[in-house]
Amino acid sequence: MNTTEVGGGTPGVPPVKVEERLFQNRYLVDAGRPHIKIKAHTTPSKALLALTHLCPAGCYSQNDKGQVEAVVDGCVECGTCRVLTAKTGEVEWNYPRGGFGVLFKFG
Amino acid sequence: MIKDKFDAIVVGAGPSGNAAAYTMAKQGLKVLQLERGEYPGSKNVQGAILYADALEKIIPDFREDAPLERHVIEQRLWTMDDTSYVGMHYRSDDFNEENPNRYTIIRAQFDKWFSGKVREAGVVLLCETTVTELLRDPQGRVIGVRTDREGGTAFADIVILGEGVNGLVGQRSGLRPELKPDTVALAVKEMHFLPREVIESRFNLTGNEGVVIEAMGTITDGMTGTGFIYTNQESISIGIGCIVSDFAESGRTPYGLLEAFKRHPSVRPLLEGSECKEYAAHLIPEGGYNAMPQLFGDGWIVVGDAGQFVNAVHREGSNLAMTTGRIAGETVVWLKRRREVASEANLAEYQRRLEATFVMKDLRKYRRIPDFLHRNKQIFGTYPRLLTAAAQTWFRVDGVDKRAKEKQIFQAFRNGRSLPGLIGDAFKLARSWR
Ligand SMILES: Cc1cc2nc3c(=O)[nH]c(=O)nc-3n(C[C@H](O)[C@H](O)[C@H](O)COP(=O)(O)OP(=O)(O)OC[C@H]3O[C@@H](n4cnc5c(N)ncnc54)[C@H](O)[C@@H]3O)c2cc1C
Ligand code: SF4
Repeated sequence: MNTTEVGGGTPGVPPVKVEERLFQNRYLVDAGRPHIKIKAHTTPSKALLALTHLCPAGCYSQNDKGQVEAVVDGCVECGTCRVLTAKTGEVEWNYPRGGFGVLFKFG
Repeated sequence: MIKDKFDAIVVGAGPSGNAAAYTMAKQGLKVLQLERGEYPGSKNVQGAILYADALEKIIPDFREDAPLERHVIEQRLWTMDDTSYVGMHYRSDDFNEENPNRYTIIRAQFDKWFSGKVREAGVVLLCETTVTELLRDPQGRVIGVRTDREGGTAFADIVILGEGVNGLVGQRSGLRPELKPDTVALAVKEMHFLPREVIESRFNLTGNEGVVIEAMGTITDGMTGTGFIYTNQESISIGIGCIVSDFAESGRTPYGLLEAFKRHPSVRPLLEGSECKEYAAHLIPEGGYNAMPQLFGDGWIVVGDAGQFVNAVHREGSNLAMTTGRIAGETVVWLKRRREVASEANLAEYQRRLEATFVMKDLRKYRRIPDFLHRNKQIFGTYPRLLTAAAQTWFRVDGVDKRAKEKQIFQAFRNGRSLPGLIGDAFKLARSWR
């Protein structure tokens, strides 16, 4: 997960760490079987790069080589990353296996 | 997996799937329902306002045991800038009626309850089961589904797809296109807990009365989107959503945006001292009528969010989901009674029936709105700023005479947006609203 958030650029709003939020949620992680994968690439498209700020669970980050990586344990299964990269095909998106993933108590 | 053949298979246990399954089982059909979550509702996110009318048409006495939070007696619409808002509030004791019109709910609890009714009606529900593809016969007619269970196929005369906004089954089977970043919104939401007395005094409520707030303005930082604050019995739901392509371009984070909304001087006192117990995100299909896919074909029908049945202007979705689910169910029952097959030609009856309801009428009425909002971003920045500034000029008592204040306000509007621009916007809005 991405640890370097950002007040979203709003003046007066201190940095928000998304993992503090995800901490409240319940998950059943399907260890070793990530449901979302990024296709190998050297330079990410603009869309893939945008996911480093757009994913609401902060699953995407950029490594020192400039490539985009994903750790999807905290994924809330919104589908945004699939929709945004549908044209470039850089993200392979599936639902977690039945029963796994996020479990909303309130929704 | 399941040897018997069913009259119908329903994919998903959200409001659309539940409505369809319930309607068919009540009329004696043999129905299998598949849900990927551990329990119905465990994957679902909503604001959430429940519109009684749509559910009443399915379960007339739902008020007896449904998990309802508060009935809405006051609606606030806020146009916000960075430090203030101009609000329209409508509150009426008439909403304290015997059978209230709108309620706030907690989706995970509501879906569980609805699903209980569905199972009582005789539907076979399998949770923790993800449908992976549609099965077809050599003629291309849909005859069942494959799931991620061991040997997991099941067969039926018709498959009803109530799989929600990320409808992978329908998309991957080529029944409908992938969602587009500029017609789908990403919403983030938090649940904040407070003692009920605190909520009641902060929002001026007694008993089970509730308030809902819809907000727009600089809170979305120029992006097309809105925020909301809904009162539950012992919690407040707060969220904000914007079009995905706007988010991508703006560089903003969804949680940063929500944080700024929570810290707005008009919002902060409402949440003071609360404990956040959940953070969720979900997509909302906001393309409306123009984004609507084919709704039926040989052996299949689509209902709810998967068919783009959301009225974004009025924030209605679950009621359209329940209504389309019910009408799909009634259509299948009707065909069954007449001993007719679920062919594409026969299922056109589904669309005919939908055309007669508010669902198609409303979506058609607003078909130009998504495009209008997307192209006219001043609605989310310039106008809220002008409006709140005008209110401040008007209300501040500072020795300036009223005629001079009027001039100042008019001049501010002229400077903020040219006169042709102002008139043009009003004209375009009126045209898309028709
Ligand atoms: C933040 C937010 C606020 C909203 N506020 C309101 C509001 O106040 N009032 C209102 O009326 N509407 C509101 N809506 C819209 C409303 O939530 C939706 O329109 C409604 O939930 C759609 O119902 P559905 O049954 O079509 O889909 P969903 O509720 O999404 O249900 C789909 C179900 O299918 C399951 N599923 C999906 N794929 C598979 C598969 N392959 N196999 C098995 N199961 C599968 C899912 O787990 C899920 O249970 C809001 C939406 C959001 C995101
Ligand atoms: S589905 Fe949503 S939460 Fe999950 S990785 Fe993609 S953008 Fe992030």
